[in-house]
Amino acid sequence: MDITIAGMLAVDGLTNGAIYALLGLATVMVFVVTRVIFIPQGEFVAFGALTLAMFIDHKVPGTVWLLLIMAFAVALQEGIGVLRSGATVKQFLKCTVKPLLIPVITAGFSIWLAPYDLPMWSMVSLSLALVTAMGPLLYRLAYQSLESATPLVLLIVSVGVHFALTGLALLFFGPEGFRNPAFWDERLQIGAVPINGQAVIIFVTALLFILALWYFFGNTLFGKALRATAVNRNGARLMGISTHTAGQLTFTLAAFIGALSGLLIGPTTTILYDSGFLIGLKGFVAAVIAGLASYPGALVVALGVGLVEAFSAFWASAFKEVIVFALILPALWLRSRHVTDDEEEH
Amino acid sequence: MKLKQTLVAFATFGAVSTAAWADINIGVNLSLTGGGAALGLPMQSMIKTFPQSIAGEKVNVIILDDASDPGKAAQNARRFVNQDKVDVIFGANLTPTTMAIGPIATEAKTVQISGAPGKDGEFVFILPQGFNVMAHAMMQHLKAKGVKTLGFIGYSDGYGEGWLKAMEPMLKEANIKLVGVERFARTDTSVTPQALKLVSANPDAVLVVASGSIAPMPEIALRDRGYKGLTYQTHGAASPDLMRIGGKAVEGTFLVSGPAIFADKLPDGHPSKPVSIDFAKKFKEATGSDKLSPFAGHAYDFIVVMEKAVPIALKKAKPGTESFRLALLDALNTMGRTVISHGVMNWSASDHWGYTNETGVMVVVKNGSFEVLK
Repeated sequence: MDITIAGMLAVDGLTNGAIYALLGLATVMVFVVTRVIFIPQGEFVAFGALTLAMFIDHKVPGTVWLLLIMAFAVALQEGIGVLRSGATVKQFLKCTVKPLLIPVITAGFSIWLAPYDLPMWSMVSLSLALVTAMGPLLYRLAYQSLESATPLVLLIVSVGVHFALTGLALLFFGPEGFRNPAFWDERLQIGAVPINGQAVIIFVTALLFILALWYFFGNTLFGKALRATAVNRNGARLMGISTHTAGQLTFTLAAFIGALSGLLIGPTTTILYDSGFLIGLKGFVAAVIAGLASYPGALVVALGVGLVEAFSAFWASAFKEVIVFALILPALWLRSRHVTDDEEEH
Repeated sequence: MKLKQTLVAFATFGAVSTAAWADINIGVNLSLTGGGAALGLPMQSMIKTFPQSIAGEKVNVIILDDASDPGKAAQNARRFVNQDKVDVIFGANLTPTTMAIGPIATEAKTVQISGAPGKDGEFVFILPQGFNVMAHAMMQHLKAKGVKTLGFIGYSDGYGEGWLKAMEPMLKEANIKLVGVERFARTDTSVTPQALKLVSANPDAVLVVASGSIAPMPEIALRDRGYKGLTYQTHGAASPDLMRIGGKAVEGTFLVSGPAIFADKLPDGHPSKPVSIDFAKKFKEATGSDKLSPFAGHAYDFIVVMEKAVPIALKKAKPGTESFRLALLDALNTMGRTVISHGVMNWSASDHWGYTNETGVMVVVKNGSFEVLK
């Protein structure tokens, strides 16, 4: 192996690593705010990529119907809740219309615009909007009523949600795979190492997004509210921060990150309805090694996972997955040595 | 309540078994739901075109869904042999489900004709081509092209392994050197590292063993890294998805496949041509689609095989009896060369895979579509 090949492998590894980093950040964020280990994070990746692929084919994406079904289910859930508490007609309408509003508008636009030749940016925005709108609905449907349950219960719910979403993805997208056209077809050269435009886009977008997240958590009211919820739920509630809102906001962000990752990775590989799981799982590995607590930790580990993956695929492709997932064992062992007996009692 | 249910069950059982005495009963087990449904559904449409009668005997076809689950497939097979007393079982369409049926069929001395590669047995016949039949056609082409070194990149599962095992001894015999064996998984996000390694070994040809819309991925990565040699694909990649995803990168790719899905594109001399054209016609009638499913081809071939074997067996025994089932087994073992849409079949008592080497067809990707090589 010479330096050129090592360079190419590094670029390939870091490109995938940047995607894992985004997903790892989302996993950490969801966990600290809601204590949900969000296994279905990867599903949003497949949804994002496949939704865009459908728009490119001038078809109405399956996510539209999924979004509408979820929105009506939430409206039903809210409606029943309000009726039970004996509310007025006005309150009933307010509660049921609110969750329907954004999904119906987004879905309406998608159905209306899908047959036309749209510019790339509008297809991308529609795909992002469709998948992102699912985030809060998913939280409302699956997790909100279990907010105070133990992390173990929430984990089991996550497994269920994962299987449900994979099955629905097969139903709405079919078994065929799609590879989206590259957003930027340029070929660049850094020293002897060729880099394609898509890799540059992935790096730049991931970096900008991470900076934006940093700003959001550090300087905005909503970001601070999420951080407060992460630090102490009861304390945050006493200060008037709704845990419902915090959870829904977190899931909105998580869905957005997933969809964005899907759009970024779509042009570099064939995405199938079930591709998202393994991609998300690598982000999850990074998040776990970072202790499900540290954002910079998850970022660095995710890039490392990408690199290890690329180099092990070069040296021993048959064992690539084994090597990547086996990484988690020594990391967990090392971490557990730092935990004192006192902490373990919790 | 219990008693009532039992009585009803007995009544139905009685009705079914009297019907079974006179007619030929065929049990069909397919995955109509679950992960294998994409394969099972076109097979079901094809099976529904089964003739009403063969040689004057009425035919009943019972179709059950195994939900892509081996446990359910075994349960269905038990129902076929115990309750419906079928004369022959067709199915399943996945390897794990078909292997669940085999032992039950054998125990009941009932022939099973499998629509998926699995384990053959005294009563178990396999319709899909084995790896070695396909590898044979590919080897002929590799030798004709004067290939001396070959790189391999395939799925890290049974499909990749099966191809590698079939190719290795043939390559050795032809004195072609295997210079790189790389693996990847269906859901991998990048095959660049594997492609880099193969490109640095610079073989004359690279064999990609993958399926459907994933198969073009290694080729795109190879061409991206400046690979200039020949590329080969297997029958798992024989679908328009190869060109839809691969575009320019798969232009000039050689591919081996069964003849079923090429129909009128086959060269005039190919024995399967008329059968394959008939399959295409029936498939269009049954599904309204032009995109031929190779899996539906197996269902079509099952009908062809039955139309040949059942009349032979009928001369010896009446349907619904053990002697008829044994006569059917004997007919399948001895009926000799049978041309079906997927190739030329020659089952014998010692070989229940049985394709002859006339089966594999080499095609090349030209201007974004498959063109059959003479």
